[in-house]
Amino acid sequence: MGPLTLIALIAGLSLFGFFLGRWKSIAMAGSGAPLHSRPNHYGSFVLVWTAVPALVVLTLLVIARPLILDQTIRSHLPSDIVTSGDVSLAISGVEQVADGLKAVTPDEYENIHLGVVSARRIFADHGIPLGGDVSPYQLTAAIAANDTERLITLTTTTAVVGALALGLFLAFIRIKPRLRARNSVERVVLTLLIAASTVAILTTVGIVLSLLFQALQFFSMVSPINFYFGTVWDPRFAAAGSSESGQFGILPLAWGTAYISLFALLVAVPIGLLSAIYMAEYASPKVRAISKPTLEILAGIPTIVYGFFALVTVGPMIRDYLALPLGLGNSGNNVVTAGVVMGIMIIPYVSSLSDDIITAVPRAMREGSLGLGATRSETIKRVVLPAALPGIVGAILLAASRAIGETMIVVLAAGVAANLSANPFAEMTTITVKIVNQLTGDLEFTSPQTLVAFALGITLFVITLGLNVIALTIVRKYREQYE
Amino acid sequence: MTEASAALPAAQATVVRKIDIGLQRRYRAERRFRAYGIVALSIGIACVVMLFSSIVSRGYTAFEQTRVTLLVDFDPKVIAPNGDRSPDAVMSGDAFRFDELISTALQKTLDIEPDDEDGLYDALDLLSKGSTPMLRKLIADKPSLIGTRSAVDFYATGDVDAFIKGTIHADVPESQRNIKDRHIKLIDRLENTGTMHLAFNTGLFTFGASSRPELAGVGVAAVGSFMMMLVVLTLSLPLGVAGSIYLEEFAPKNRWTDLIEVNINNLAAVPSIVYGMLGLAVFINFMHLPRSASLVGGLVLTLTTLPTIIITTRAALKAVPPSIREAGLGIGASKMQTVFHHVLPLAVPGILTGTIIGLAHALGETAPLLMIGMKAFVVNYPTTPFDPATSLPTQIFMWATEPERAFSERTSAAIMILLAFLLAMNSIAIILRRAFERRW
Repeated sequence: MGPLTLIALIAGLSLFGFFLGRWKSIAMAGSGAPLHSRPNHYGSFVLVWTAVPALVVLTLLVIARPLILDQTIRSHLPSDIVTSGDVSLAISGVEQVADGLKAVTPDEYENIHLGVVSARRIFADHGIPLGGDVSPYQLTAAIAANDTERLITLTTTTAVVGALALGLFLAFIRIKPRLRARNSVERVVLTLLIAASTVAILTTVGIVLSLLFQALQFFSMVSPINFYFGTVWDPRFAAAGSSESGQFGILPLAWGTAYISLFALLVAVPIGLLSAIYMAEYASPKVRAISKPTLEILAGIPTIVYGFFALVTVGPMIRDYLALPLGLGNSGNNVVTAGVVMGIMIIPYVSSLSDDIITAVPRAMREGSLGLGATRSETIKRVVLPAALPGIVGAILLAASRAIGETMIVVLAAGVAANLSANPFAEMTTITVKIVNQLTGDLEFTSPQTLVAFALGITLFVITLGLNVIALTIVRKYREQYE
Repeated sequence: MTEASAALPAAQATVVRKIDIGLQRRYRAERRFRAYGIVALSIGIACVVMLFSSIVSRGYTAFEQTRVTLLVDFDPKVIAPNGDRSPDAVMSGDAFRFDELISTALQKTLDIEPDDEDGLYDALDLLSKGSTPMLRKLIADKPSLIGTRSAVDFYATGDVDAFIKGTIHADVPESQRNIKDRHIKLIDRLENTGTMHLAFNTGLFTFGASSRPELAGVGVAAVGSFMMMLVVLTLSLPLGVAGSIYLEEFAPKNRWTDLIEVNINNLAAVPSIVYGMLGLAVFINFMHLPRSASLVGGLVLTLTTLPTIIITTRAALKAVPPSIREAGLGIGASKMQTVFHHVLPLAVPGILTGTIIGLAHALGETAPLLMIGMKAFVVNYPTTPFDPATSLPTQIFMWATEPERAFSERTSAAIMILLAFLLAMNSIAIILRRAFERRW
């Protein structure tokens, strides 16, 4: 039985167990003994004890299956292949033959076994094309693999069915009026809740480990000093067989990222902050009720839309009205385009958070200042803003971290040439663009051209994480200050 | 003010006048500051308007498409030379024989002489290159057509479509446009007879990827997106809610839960492309799940939305007043019963709102999907989550980089469709919040 059938079986039997347990507890309650828990708890008790052990057994065996198969095939490989190093290729070859053997009829299987006909032709008839003729070792390994696979399937089915039956039986006979079913069911539920809450931690660990593992592989080929202090980005696609690896200097990419983010902040901070001040301090409730959600629409628009907007509307405009008249560039893909559009994107991040922070400044401070005769703008500039400053800085840092990690706008609007230039109308590229470039298309996880993306990724992760931690600490501290 | 100062002694009056001048300056500063705010806010709102008008003005034309209605003679001699009219027989054999049907129909409509080959080729240039397979499919699906004469709608090519819609102008020098003067003559004749006309573009909603703009649509991509959303919903909602219940209701306040808390807030701000790299390294490289499958896309998007869902669910749980919990505990319910029977039902509207907003974010996410190979040329509808699929945003990305005008128009239209989905989801969230919001 396949894993899906088994899961269905587990679901069916544990549901059956639920009703069985419920029925037994009600029957016992009818005979006079007071129950410790509600009938549903007894039902759930049986359900849990039927399903959980069986699921654990199934999961373990499903995980173990490919490992065991791999080991079986490995043990049947001739020694010259093992030493030559093409083991993974040989294994996938054997796996293909094993798939083919599963598809053929018993007669054909017999013929292949005796060597009467070519296995390749028969497989092709069954829709499994092979790269070459089947060699004898592949055939024996494939047969062994198929035998092992059948054995594992049988073991899995027996083990799961056994666990189901045993769990159901034991839980059922344990049902007594005195059994504290609720407590044990609740313990299981609590464990599940705890497990769910650790997914977030696991994600972080997964990000760090997966990026770090591949990045370390990259650093074993290219030294970190060349990577972090190199001023030339020229990865070159490795031609087969050549050991030429190109240069991987992150500085042009980091400069492009910083330059574009700077432009984004130059657009977003004044607009966002002044809008926030206006909305929080001046605007009538009506204006505020319309303008705040309107600005927040900007945060809900997917970044690919901004990218397209930059590509077809803003880019040509900046090229025709700024870059060409100034004689500084002739492409719509440049730092200003990407920066301006990214700035529009992060306006709501600045304005919403700043708005919250400004409104959180206690009324008493404003009233004190107004009472002393200061005008509203003076109150804002001299009292409210200084009080809100840490929070606003936090908001700006969060927006900056968004800008640094933003991908689609720069992929479409910033260009692909890694330039180390101060001209804002020059094509420039960013860390995220290069991650996308290096990781789309044919992937070989052994070449530095691909692995460099992970080194870039971990750098990006560390930078944004740092900014976020600082920003969130500032915002949090600030909130506590006035609570 | 001035009247009062006139009554004062001269020395004092100058002081007051000085104050007066200072006050005017300060009031001017006040007005200026206010104006800055209005200008900033207007710029922000202008950006929203510009963004939408730019997309809509480019994209609305794509919802109509140029068709050519030809009266086709379904000649049995051509379609079924050996008399076999079954769908299999129609779909097999020489495909060129269906060209003949179209050519004959064009010759009749445009009065092209049978020996005028150049004229015929010019006329054929106007029709999409996908017309022949389309006709063949039509006959195979409806064998009763054979032997009759009926009108069939064919698609015009993307260039003709652009010409009809006025985006390719006739006053551009002939060498710089794909539509030549001889084509324009034919187009005029077809238009005058009503053969060539604009109709609602159903293909935009049903077709998949295609290198010919007139045959490209977002149908396949939308199905891929939908499958991913299903995966995201089935995984992130239970996981997110369970995790938040533990953190909000059961977790002791210690260093470990503090760490989880900080961690979740940070995860919400990690660049989405990093999640894509995680998916590539873990789901594809390590677990060997298929590339471009909507299952993998859904898994990656689950991880990106999980922090959002946890944060909003915790806020919703926090908003349920402690008196509810105390009442539950007071009448003898266990902690678990209180949470599941009383607190959680009251938090459901908030949780749903958060989930929908999280899903809307996931629907527009592009960068992580590029990492796991969802940028693929997918023509067929995916039927299981393991099939190769694309999503709406990645389809938009692929079209955005196509140079042809017809694709640019379709990109904007696809963006409008995506935005319509997002708008619908967000409106549902707002309506839910309005309908079930409770003030305690």
